[in-house]
Amino acid sequence: MFSKNDVLETIAMVEKEHLDIRTITMGISLLPCIRDTAEETAKRVYDLVCKKAENIVKTAENLSGEYGIPIVNKRVSVTPVSLITAAFPEKSPLIGKALDDAAKTLGIDFLGGYSALVQKSTADYERKFIQTIPEVLATTDRLCASVNVGSSKTGINMEAVKIMGEIFKEAATLTKDKDGIGAAKLVVFCNAVEDNPFMAGAFHGVGEADTVVNVGVSGPGVVKHALEQIPRADLTEVAEMIKRTAFKITRAGQLVAKEAAKRLNAQFGIVDLSLAPTPAMGDSVAQILEEMGIETVGGHGTTAALALLNDAVKKGGVMASSRVGGLSGAFIPVSEDIGMIKAAEKGAITLDKLEAMTCVCSVGLDMIAIPGDTPATTISAMIADEAAIGMINNKTTAVRIIPAIGKTVGDQVSFGGLLGRAPIMPVHHCNSSRLINRGGNIPAPIHSFKN
Amino acid sequence: MRAVVTVTGKDTKGIIAKISTFLFERGANIEDISQTVLGEYFAMIMIVDISSIKGELSALAKECKEYGKQIGLSVYLQHEDIFNAMHNV
Repeated sequence: MFSKNDVLETIAMVEKEHLDIRTITMGISLLPCIRDTAEETAKRVYDLVCKKAENIVKTAENLSGEYGIPIVNKRVSVTPVSLITAAFPEKSPLIGKALDDAAKTLGIDFLGGYSALVQKSTADYERKFIQTIPEVLATTDRLCASVNVGSSKTGINMEAVKIMGEIFKEAATLTKDKDGIGAAKLVVFCNAVEDNPFMAGAFHGVGEADTVVNVGVSGPGVVKHALEQIPRADLTEVAEMIKRTAFKITRAGQLVAKEAAKRLNAQFGIVDLSLAPTPAMGDSVAQILEEMGIETVGGHGTTAALALLNDAVKKGGVMASSRVGGLSGAFIPVSEDIGMIKAAEKGAITLDKLEAMTCVCSVGLDMIAIPGDTPATTISAMIADEAAIGMINNKTTAVRIIPAIGKTVGDQVSFGGLLGRAPIMPVHHCNSSRLINRGGNIPAPIHSFKN
Repeated sequence: MRAVVTVTGKDTKGIIAKISTFLFERGANIEDISQTVLGEYFAMIMIVDISSIKGELSALAKECKEYGKQIGLSVYLQHEDIFNAMHNV
């Protein structure tokens, strides 16, 4: 049984500390939708997604009401579309349009899975599919795309890395009147996971059941508040406090995930234990690091503080949930975190420091705006760096970078809502094109050969 | 099926009467009450049986919140499972 203080604590977490379930994401397999033509396939895709997820919004609202915990986003992820359109890759945009239409019909904010998995090499149909990504992101509103270019088992596909630098630029150019939002809906991964509920990188892996519910919990504000209670504690105690807090947050997520899966007639997939910030004050991962004792995030010590945070969140969460998965850690998207935005405006945090931070936390260079004249090969080189960190360290890394066309350092891009705003950060000007143009593969590391 | 009703705010006359009437009218049965008054601050936690409420639980929770605003208090109704999940190992 719970105590009176437990009840009041839970309510305070929601009211004052932004505790929420960040997303309920339904994963849907599109494999049964493949037909002879793109047109028939698109129709089948639309119908299937609308039917499977028809109650997702209503169910989430009911659960939110019953448990008194906000459920911020309702989303859908689907089988990587490149697999569905392998017979007619040039017509993939038809499926993209069908998915975007389905998202609008359902009333969900994002649908992920306009994706290709090319970690070892790029099949011809995938090459053609990837070329459709910028146009599709420019002509749809709620669809998200991702491409996996490497893994610890396969090494890094440098041809795909080179292409994705160009795709980022094109996606930003085609949406330059909206600050390059096309690029904000695109992620390049190394070691992509198949059950990630968070956007823009969610897709439904082929190893999954046909319909699955994955839940992403959040709560950076709750962790920060807990740490404010122990300003002089040593770091062992800090880690312990984070663990305890993560446990509680995850338990809420586990309850919602199980119940949502039951009501939506889907399999309970995983709970993703990520601390996902929003641009709201007090809902920031950067501010947790500052509460731990760094004056401004980006300063020396940031990586160590983040390592402690990320690990303690996982430990508390793993104890709390029977099925943990997804990305599970701390997210450090610049535009979506008020502490990060402030640090970037002051010049306190740089791309180099962010890259270091991605070695110890989940995901990678996320929602970072860079000057619009950055060469595509430089963007590819950033992707290669991140992919290398992921490959060598057996972790997921990602790049979601926004070349701000027509803008430069000192300007900012603004997307509103959860995507937030980002000051444009300087990049290194030296030329990396000779490395990128070599192509080929970076071989898998020796420690991946475990068989 | 049980839920927890939490009422907090400035202490005034008749809070318990108002809340219990409100719940009774909607088919919720009070099983346990614990209340504290600290100075002029009032906090009450009720365990209520919700097996025979009229309509959906989420609708009742919403009504409670709105009723709370009307009478100048904050009133929450939440399924007990959330507290069991978060505060028990």
